[in-house]
Amino acid sequence: MSAVDTLRLTAEEGLALIERRELSGVELHAAYLEAIEKRDGELHAYLRTVERAEGDAVPIALKDLISTRGVETTAGSRILAGYRPLFDATVATRCREAGLPLLGKTNLDEFAMGSSTENSAYGPTRNPWDPERVPGGSSGGSAAAVAGGLAPWALGSDTGGSIKQPAALCGIVGLRPTYGTVSRYGIVAFASSLDQVGPMAKTVRDCALLYRIIAGRDPCDSTTVELPEAIELPRDEDLRGLRVGIPRELNEAEGVERGVSDAVTRAIELCRELGAEVGECELPRSVEYGLPCYYLIAPSEASSNLARYDGVRFGHRADGSGSIHELYERTRDEGFGDEPKRRIMLGTYALSAGYYEAYYGQAQKVRTVIRDEFAAALERFDVLLSPTSPTVAFPLGSRTENPLAMYLADVLTIPPNMAGLPGLSIPCGLSEGLPVGLQLIGRQFSENTLFRAGHALERALEFDFVPERLR
Amino acid sequence: MGSELRVTVSREDVLQVARLARLALTEDEVERLGAQLGAILEAVGKVSELDLEGVEPTSHPLELVNVWGQDEPRASLEPEEALANAPDRSGNLFRVPPV
Repeated sequence: MSAVDTLRLTAEEGLALIERRELSGVELHAAYLEAIEKRDGELHAYLRTVERAEGDAVPIALKDLISTRGVETTAGSRILAGYRPLFDATVATRCREAGLPLLGKTNLDEFAMGSSTENSAYGPTRNPWDPERVPGGSSGGSAAAVAGGLAPWALGSDTGGSIKQPAALCGIVGLRPTYGTVSRYGIVAFASSLDQVGPMAKTVRDCALLYRIIAGRDPCDSTTVELPEAIELPRDEDLRGLRVGIPRELNEAEGVERGVSDAVTRAIELCRELGAEVGECELPRSVEYGLPCYYLIAPSEASSNLARYDGVRFGHRADGSGSIHELYERTRDEGFGDEPKRRIMLGTYALSAGYYEAYYGQAQKVRTVIRDEFAAALERFDVLLSPTSPTVAFPLGSRTENPLAMYLADVLTIPPNMAGLPGLSIPCGLSEGLPVGLQLIGRQFSENTLFRAGHALERALEFDFVPERLR
Repeated sequence: MGSELRVTVSREDVLQVARLARLALTEDEVERLGAQLGAILEAVGKVSELDLEGVEPTSHPLELVNVWGQDEPRASLEPEEALANAPDRSGNLFRVPPV
């Protein structure tokens, strides 16, 4: 077996090694387990690993809210400790059918609620670029695993920015697909009108390969649709003919760090050099009202989705005697951490009689405004560009006491998510020695365009995805 | 998310919401979550600034209406499987305190 540099190897290169029979999928799986053994004590990207490789392609890591038959799936919550799903999520089945052996389940903010992976009941994940900093979240475990050479690629999920933001903070590529293109069957639900599963990898082409495996209609998820066109692996190295819009409010939002803004400006300049037609546009209300709109709709849906955790059929149950209601209430108080409790309370309040119209009803109307604004911008442009995150990775513990400060991490990813649009984050440079993410937003079902643009930019940017301290 | 709106969430409000959400909060949580809930509601209340009379609400980002499926019988879980994750059981039933 040839030595594998798991920090450098892309999934595509791994597949080529297997194709040429220089390496087997089982050997590759073993090489990653060895890397995990060596480095995951520090990073804590994984909640558990799978020792036996099943499949002979490139292995994969799955966020621990993706059901895996017989393999504990916790969603980062104490309330699901010990829970072993009876079935595979459709995305897990598709990975298995494609021959991708499971490496393990990655850490996340509890029920995907958070932007730093510090809300996991099982301890935080650390950023491979600087272990004193967060990897972003909620798919922080998947992002850190890929960036730290502990998985060639991984699946995450994104409700308000949980794929794009950690991809940005860890210097990798992440796709939040168009709503409805990837099955949620077997995914632990957070906010059903927003949740999407998507690929995280070192390159745009790897993301396209993995998206091709998981996307498409699933009879078990009635919100899925067939893709209107096949997914192509991007090859073009220029952007000729592409109209690129720069929404002012997303790029000049309050709180965008200077270093982040500089890196994004350079990427925009590069678009021009690559032949794109670049122009400005406006999203007057989407950015200002996106975050408040999201923090009414997502918690409202969460308060309903999380009602199923009652200690009766699976998961944690509180000890002691009492009525059935006392059992529910104590089980939920013991099982949920602070963030799910905050969001359940917020959602329950927003949906309760007397407040419904002012909060939830109004937020749904704001959502229409956001959709219309993006639709207008995307009539003039094929792709919109902005920073993915206003800041680079922040220090562990710096925002945990202030929920509203943490919520701001997603201020730039939430608006397109409310509109159901796909978004790709690619690394576009460094600020203070830490990766900066560039967000590419497209029309619904325009993943091929995002891949094409992302790939051409990636080639021109020549970002080195191996964290500096690990080179 | 700044807003002019001042929202005070009383202790009774917090307890009522916790009751509706089936959460037995500790005294410490009532204080802490109550204060945070007020601050968050104040911030999200910003949506009320917009006059959206006549705007249709969006509940879902795709234009899907009535998705039909074939009514095909399939095998369901065996009782042993269905009870595999049960915290407590009695024969083929989930055991709970008196309802």
